Amino acid sequence: MKFLCLECNERMVFEEREVPGDGTFSAAFSCPGCGRRIALLANPMETQLVEALGVKVGGSTLQEKPMELVRSMMVGGEEVLSGARSVPVWSEEAKERLSRVPAFVRGMVKKLYTDYAAARGIAEITPSVMDRAREDLGLEGM
Amino acid sequence: MSPRLPRYHEVGGEDRSRLLEQVLAQRERVEQRLAQVRRVVAVMSGKGGVGKSYFTAVLAGELAQRFDRIGVLDADLAGPTVAALLDARGPLGARGQTVTPAAGRAGIQVFSADLLLPEGEPLRWKEPAGERFVWRGALEAGVLREFLSDVEWGPLDFLLIDLPPGASQMQDLAELVPRLSGAVAVTIPSEESRRAVSRAMRAAKEAGVRLLGVVENMSSYRCPGCGGEHPLFRGSAAEELAGEFGLSVLGRLPFEPRGASVFLGSERREIGEIADRLLELLG
Repeated sequence: MKFLCLECNERMVFEEREVPGDGTFSAAFSCPGCGRRIALLANPMETQLVEALGVKVGGSTLQEKPMELVRSMMVGGEEVLSGARSVPVWSEEAKERLSRVPAFVRGMVKKLYTDYAAARGIAEITPSVMDRAREDLGLEGM
Repeated sequence: MSPRLPRYHEVGGEDRSRLLEQVLAQRERVEQRLAQVRRVVAVMSGKGGVGKSYFTAVLAGELAQRFDRIGVLDADLAGPTVAALLDARGPLGARGQTVTPAAGRAGIQVFSADLLLPEGEPLRWKEPAGERFVWRGALEAGVLREFLSDVEWGPLDFLLIDLPPGASQMQDLAELVPRLSGAVAVTIPSEESRRAVSRAMRAAKEAGVRLLGVVENMSSYRCPGCGGEHPLFRGSAAEELAGEFGLSVLGRLPFEPRGASVFLGSERREIGEIADRLLELLG
């Protein structure tokens, strides 16, 4: 979308935008030649159409949080996703050690270690974290 | 007479909104997220109530006995059931820019709108009332895209996608996941189901989706007393659909009043044979 000042044959430049919270969207543009200002005013349906695409007017490709569309458009989505607990990552060494656990219990063991680390705010599960968990949880042989 | 108005491409300068760029970046994220998934298989039907979610759950259970890493994405936003069938519950986890799926039975990773909705609450959108039909389709396709791109699926042997009834989501999925391995169509034996599923299969084919075969659910009722099998519906939808599209009937599942738990983690011949045929097709 471009705005052209027909008097000056100059492309108008974006100045500012406002999202007042009533479902509408406003943006101001001005002509660099004559300084004339115009406003783009979108009604709730037009604003919603753009939001439904998961894109941002003004051109941002940065994703601040996962599932922005769910957060912004689904009732309850923001609350649920804000409550998502932080999940620790597994180091390569820890993954290798986990792979030696028999397949039929591996999922359960992985969950035990993951829950252990998450509950203690441990960001990465390493073999030493696994050793500590084994001691604390009595997981001999896992 | 006024001079003609300038055209878009006659006015210089970059497109500040970069909407196309943003949409392409979204697609790129889906591709990156699924890069470690070996096979992505959709479960579809043109008709509701044929047991797509049930079949998805029991197939996932069967595959989990053969592979370590199975994921299930419930694309039915309004009527999500797979998470409950697989006993996957929240709270969800977050890791950086991603949400981690919930772990269900046999370590199956599950993501579903069911995990995002408060208990007993229907799916609702923040929307201006009265205009929802205009943008609902775009929004649902966008949420499906986020379920693919913003969930940390990690390395998977299989990602099964349980689609809602109808044809449009299959087409959306085909655009979002160009390397979709294929789709399995689920029907019940009746003529009504055949007609609806045929339309959906045709739409999938037109979208370039590889149809893998047909599964007939509720093909019969197994009497718990005598053990005999009796038909539940008149019709031969699976055979007719397979013939129409040049496919095989991957298998038939009897009506099971005890639900999916009977199949999950157990040795049921029918679902095992369906999995065998699917694996043959997918390699």
